[in-house]
Amino acid sequence: MTGWHSFAESFLNARVAAEYAPKIIAGMGVTVALAVCVIAAGLVAGLALAVLRAMGIRPLNWLLIFVVDVFRAVPPLVVIVLLYFGLPAAGVTLPGFAAAWLALSLVLMAFAEEIFWGGITTVRQGQWEAARALGLRFAPVFFLVVLPQALRLVIPPLVNRTIAITKGTALASVVAVPEVLGAAQAGVSFSFNPTPLTLAAVAYLALFLPVVALGRWVERRWHVR
Amino acid sequence: MFADAFLNLDVLAEAWPLLRMGLVQTVLLSLLVVPVGLGGGLILALLSLSRSRALRWVVAGWVDVFRALPPLVLLVMVYAGLPFAGIEVSAWGAVAIGFFLNTGAYYGEILRAGIASVPAGQMEAARSLGLSRGRALRLVVLPQAVRNVLPDLLSNTLEVVKLTSLAAVVALPELLFQARQAQSLSYNATPIMAAAVIYFLLLWPLVRLLSRLENRAVASR
Repeated sequence: MTGWHSFAESFLNARVAAEYAPKIIAGMGVTVALAVCVIAAGLVAGLALAVLRAMGIRPLNWLLIFVVDVFRAVPPLVVIVLLYFGLPAAGVTLPGFAAAWLALSLVLMAFAEEIFWGGITTVRQGQWEAARALGLRFAPVFFLVVLPQALRLVIPPLVNRTIAITKGTALASVVAVPEVLGAAQAGVSFSFNPTPLTLAAVAYLALFLPVVALGRWVERRWHVR
Repeated sequence: MFADAFLNLDVLAEAWPLLRMGLVQTVLLSLLVVPVGLGGGLILALLSLSRSRALRWVVAGWVDVFRALPPLVLLVMVYAGLPFAGIEVSAWGAVAIGFFLNTGAYYGEILRAGIASVPAGQMEAARSLGLSRGRALRLVVLPQAVRNVLPDLLSNTLEVVKLTSLAAVVALPELLFQARQAQSLSYNATPIMAAAVIYFLLLWPLVRLLSRLENRAVASR
C-alpha cells in the first residue's frame, strides 16, 4: 500500500499536475505547430525535387540523389544540433524552433522525394507514350497523367514516413523549444517531481495514438497488390 | 568564413581523439540496441500469433502505445523518471530499456506482417510432415517471413542506428555527445560537421542498398 502511495505521490501528484498541465497544453500547441510546418515544407520540397528529377537532367540528378542520401543517412538530431549550435560560429543565429523546423523539413524532404520518385517510376512507360501520342507536352503529361497515378501509389509509405518524422518534433526540446517534452522537462526540474513527464506521455499518446491508427487504416485502405 | 567555422582542419585534428572514442561508443551502442530491438520484436510477433484473443489485444495495444511515444520521450522518461521510483539506471541501462520498448514495437510490427505474409499452407505442410509447431515456425515460417520483409527490417535498422544519437541527451558519450563537447571547447562547428560526415559515411552504403531494394520492389509490381 505504501509502495503504491509513494509511486502515486511522485508520478501522479495532483498538485504538481494542476500546476504544470497548462504548460504541457501550451506545449501541445507548439508541437502541433512545428509538426504542421514540417509536414507542409517537407512534402512540398520533396515533391518539387521528385518533379525536378523526372526531367532527367543528368548532373542535376546526381546532385539531387546525393542530397537526398545525406539527409536519409544523417540522424535528424545531428542536423538540428548542427543548425542550432553550429551556425552561430558562421555568424548566423537561428531560433530553436526555426532550427528544428528546417532540419526536420530537410529530412522529410529527402524521404518524401525518394517515395514520390518510386511512385513516378512505377507508372508504366505506356502511359507516358500514350499521352505524348495524343499530342500533350511534358508538363501536361507529367502533371495530369503520371503524377495523379503516382500519388495514389505512394500514399501508404508517405503517410507512415510522415508520421515517423513528425514524432521527431520531440527532438526540438534539445534546442530549448518549449514543446511538450521541453515543457515537461522544465517542469520536472522546477518541481523535482516526475509528474510533468507522466503528463507529457499522456499528451503524446493523445496526439499520436490517433495518428498511428490513421496510418494503419491508410495502409489497409490503399493497399496495392 | 564558412570553411573556417565548419571545415577547420586544426580544430578537427584536436577533436579527432574525442570523435574517435564517440564513434566506438556509437558502434557498440548499435551492436547493443539492434539485437535488443529485434529480440523484443520477435517476442511481440510470436505473442501476436497466440490463440488467446485477449493476449493479441494486449500485444496490439502495447505496439501502438510504444509506436505513438516519440523515442526521445521514452528515453527521458526512463532516465529521468525511474530514479523517482527508487530505481537508478545508468545511461546505458536507460538506452537499452527505451530502445527495447520503442524499437521492439517497430520490429514487432514488421515481423508480424512478415509472418502474416507466409501462406497458412506452409505451416500446415510442415506440421503434416511431423514437425512440432515451434520447429515449423523456426525452420519453415520465420525464414520466409524475414525474406518477405527484409527491406522493411533493413530500413528500420537504419533508423535505429540513427536513433542512437539520442543517447547524447542522457550524456552517454557517443559520437554526437563527443562532437558537442569538442564544439563547446573550441567554439567551432567543425566537430559537429565531422560527426555528420562520419554518420553519413557509416550509413551511406545501407541507404544505397535500400534505394535499390525499394526500386526493385516497385518494379516487380
